Amino acid sequence: MTSSPALPLPFDETRRRGGLLTGLLSSDLPRSRALSFILLAIFVLLAATPFLFSGSQPVGTAAKICVFIVLVASYDLLLGYSGIVSFAHTMFFGIGGYGIAIALERMGPTWSSAAIGLIAALALSAVLAIAIGLLSLRVRAIFFSMITLAVATAAAVLASQLSEITGGEDGLSFQLPPALRPAFRLFSEPVFGTMINGRLLAYYLVFVVSLLVFLALLRIVNSPFGRVLQAIRENEFRAEALGYRVVAYRTAASVISALAATIAGALMALWLRYNGPDTTLSFSIMIDILLMVVIGGMGTMYGAVIGAALFVLAQSYLQVLMGAGSAALAGIPLLPNLIHPDRWLLWLGALFIISVYAFPGGVVGRLRQGKS
Amino acid sequence: MTASTTTTPALETRGLTIRFGGHVAVNDVSCRFTPGTLTSIVGPNGAGKTTYFNLISGQLRASSGQVIVGGEDITGLAPSARTKRGLGRAFQLTNLFPQLTALENVRLAVQSRADAGWSLLKVWNTRRDLIEQAEAVLERVRLADKRHIAPKALSHGDQRKLEVALLIAMEPKVFMFDEPTAGMSVDEVPTILELINDIRQRGDATVLLVEHKMDVVRSLSDRIIVLHNGALVADGDPAEVIASPVVQEAYLGVEVARD
Repeated sequence: MTSSPALPLPFDETRRRGGLLTGLLSSDLPRSRALSFILLAIFVLLAATPFLFSGSQPVGTAAKICVFIVLVASYDLLLGYSGIVSFAHTMFFGIGGYGIAIALERMGPTWSSAAIGLIAALALSAVLAIAIGLLSLRVRAIFFSMITLAVATAAAVLASQLSEITGGEDGLSFQLPPALRPAFRLFSEPVFGTMINGRLLAYYLVFVVSLLVFLALLRIVNSPFGRVLQAIRENEFRAEALGYRVVAYRTAASVISALAATIAGALMALWLRYNGPDTTLSFSIMIDILLMVVIGGMGTMYGAVIGAALFVLAQSYLQVLMGAGSAALAGIPLLPNLIHPDRWLLWLGALFIISVYAFPGGVVGRLRQGKS
Repeated sequence: MTASTTTTPALETRGLTIRFGGHVAVNDVSCRFTPGTLTSIVGPNGAGKTTYFNLISGQLRASSGQVIVGGEDITGLAPSARTKRGLGRAFQLTNLFPQLTALENVRLAVQSRADAGWSLLKVWNTRRDLIEQAEAVLERVRLADKRHIAPKALSHGDQRKLEVALLIAMEPKVFMFDEPTAGMSVDEVPTILELINDIRQRGDATVLLVEHKMDVVRSLSDRIIVLHNGALVADGDPAEVIASPVVQEAYLGVEVARD
């Protein structure tokens, strides 16, 4: 029996195409025209927000989107690629935030204190992730999830109790290094009608670091290592029998994910010039992350981009939109009440349920499916 | 009736035993497997054949006794570490990565053997060598034209072939087949048997085969061992073992008159 040539496929992932973009995206191209367009639009909008919109809210929203893309992508490395359900992700996010906040508040607003704070936070996150991984990734998935939940709760209680160090429930406000303060001017003249001040530099710091961490995560999930994680997710028993040490791979995935979340937390604190339990540690953020992963599409890094962008935009602007709608419908019975801005959470919930029903594979899954 | 040998065995079990509560599933099994031979392990259902395999490949931990591969005691090692020492196992119930393509299933096995799993910063498809080796293995098991199909969409026979492909791709020293032809249609069985025969004839592979079909066992084996109620009850030349009263009773269920 002679072997017939392999079937021609619309997309053959084993054939490597050259090119800078393919390299940057680690051969994991969007594979859908609509998806490519949306991703490009998000990228361009985030890159140009300070020049496109005036006022502080759009830039603040854009910065939050950047941070959450990293946070959600790092969570998807766990949930979507490795099949690990952890509730401790916000703990690592919080460690990053507190690392920056405590260092800058205690040691003065310099770059070196920011670096020390970040490095200390990364080290603490790595140690905790290794400890949780080695101690509990051997047990059944449900017990692992419970353990992460317990650890995360303990961390949140600890952060609010150790008010001497963390500022307790009030959190910590701090000064940034001079180059990132609003009063700082890079040039004396505005560029494209926008003054290049420290605030804008802070935004681009957040943007560039987020982009780099995202591309690094994209590379990792498409590396031989990332392929092993997917194999473990599919059939842990077989992966072990093939010679892959499942506990070690899972622990490594947890550590990488924790480090990326720590960087996201540090960026969040730098942007807000504040860190507290509500901005990085709260359990509601954990739920938001889960929603963003599911809305965007589990097991695709691009899903994190779309999930984070959609969710943060909805969080920031749904109320405004509903306020406008409510005002426009004034006089009609019931309707203005139904879309009153106070009901925004109800509508967000409804949007979530609809999106899960309509796109079980998330937005990315739906778009890729529609293409072929 | 012991197959005596002077060469170092590829695999050896010494007094291997596992108890589940009061039930002794594998009872004090000592056996040596010589490089270049195919040994069939036969016995009725529940005799402990698969449990014996699980003890060797590490899915179960022995209550007592040792497993020795190439002179090294591996009794305390995890399954992955045993695989790295040259033990390869195909499973009785097809055990694959159901959503990944056939090629990716095999490529993962090749990647493990090449110790490339800890590479984090390369894109996986830059390792063309691994992909090409995986393609060659698929060719060998006659699945090349189905390389982009995921196991869940393959026929049972093709899944069994893929299971064998994963084993071949790992290039182990010891090949363990657990009922490789179970549930296969009659016309698919020869392909699998040819593959096993092919493995035996290349180099000095040690092959362990759990099989129920007596004709298969007779034609392929250099040696047969019989497990019954977890204990090794016969060991030797195929024709001799099959004809022995203990096999007639234990395996074929024939009541043999005792004196």
